Amino acid sequence: MTETNAEHKHPGTGTYVTIAAVLTVITLVEVGVFYVPAFEAFLAPILLTLSAAKFALVVMFYMHLKGDHPLFTAILTIPVLIALGVAIALLFLFGVFTLGGSGA
Amino acid sequence: MSAVAHHTSTGLDNRKLAMWTFIGSECLLFGTLISTYLVYQGQSISGPMPGEILDIPLTSISTFVLLMSSLAMVLALAAVTRGEQRWSRVWIFATAALGLVFLGFQAYEFTHFVHEGLTIKTNLFGSTFFVLTGTHGAHVAVGVLLLLTLLVRSFQGKLGPDKAMVVEITGLYWHFVDVVWIVIFTVVYLLS
Repeated sequence: MTETNAEHKHPGTGTYVTIAAVLTVITLVEVGVFYVPAFEAFLAPILLTLSAAKFALVVMFYMHLKGDHPLFTAILTIPVLIALGVAIALLFLFGVFTLGGSGA
Repeated sequence: MSAVAHHTSTGLDNRKLAMWTFIGSECLLFGTLISTYLVYQGQSISGPMPGEILDIPLTSISTFVLLMSSLAMVLALAAVTRGEQRWSRVWIFATAALGLVFLGFQAYEFTHFVHEGLTIKTNLFGSTFFVLTGTHGAHVAVGVLLLLTLLVRSFQGKLGPDKAMVVEITGLYWHFVDVVWIVIFTVVYLLS
């Protein structure tokens, strides 16, 4: 049986609502962290981690990559990694990041 | 012919494969736009600057609206798959409506910024901000059009369980627009 006519299992309504609740909580935490001065020194790593978690949840459960064919995961992951690499390279190239610490 | 019954050499639905490939290419487009925003961040000579003009509470609400639209989208797909015509219409309409609300927030934000003196030509922040968020907004608008098309097809009685793949592919596009906003919200709004 091919993927075309196979019915790969999607999560149920309960899972979808749970994921939405988790996404809402993460967004509230993000905004909360933004307003707390104590987190200022760690703001970037905290926010980027939370953002990555939201990204992964949507892709895995709402876009169904978790139970879908691995080729789809590769088709998404490779361009995301290339885009991330290009972004980091450009930030070094334009002096936003430097090897000795953050730049301008 | 059924929408999901054709044979392919990969065993995967060609339309779904095409949508994932398109999404992959879109990752590179938005990666470039976000990189450009970051490279020029803090390089503006004159204001308004991001810290002076960005409204975090307002954008947090619009972010929540877009996240909830993704929930409505998956519920629409589940309803179409189960053959529940009434609920599939409700959830597709809800997704499109939430998308329109998001666009309303963006239109308000853009108008407010222009009144505050920030246009695409004002400074580097304005140029990179409007190009990035405007491109995303255009994608949301295309998504809303796709959803309204699905809604019309549903009212024509042409959106049964055999067309679930069409709804899934539209959903993939919609969720991609959502994940791009997740990144933009963090990088442009919270880290600025």
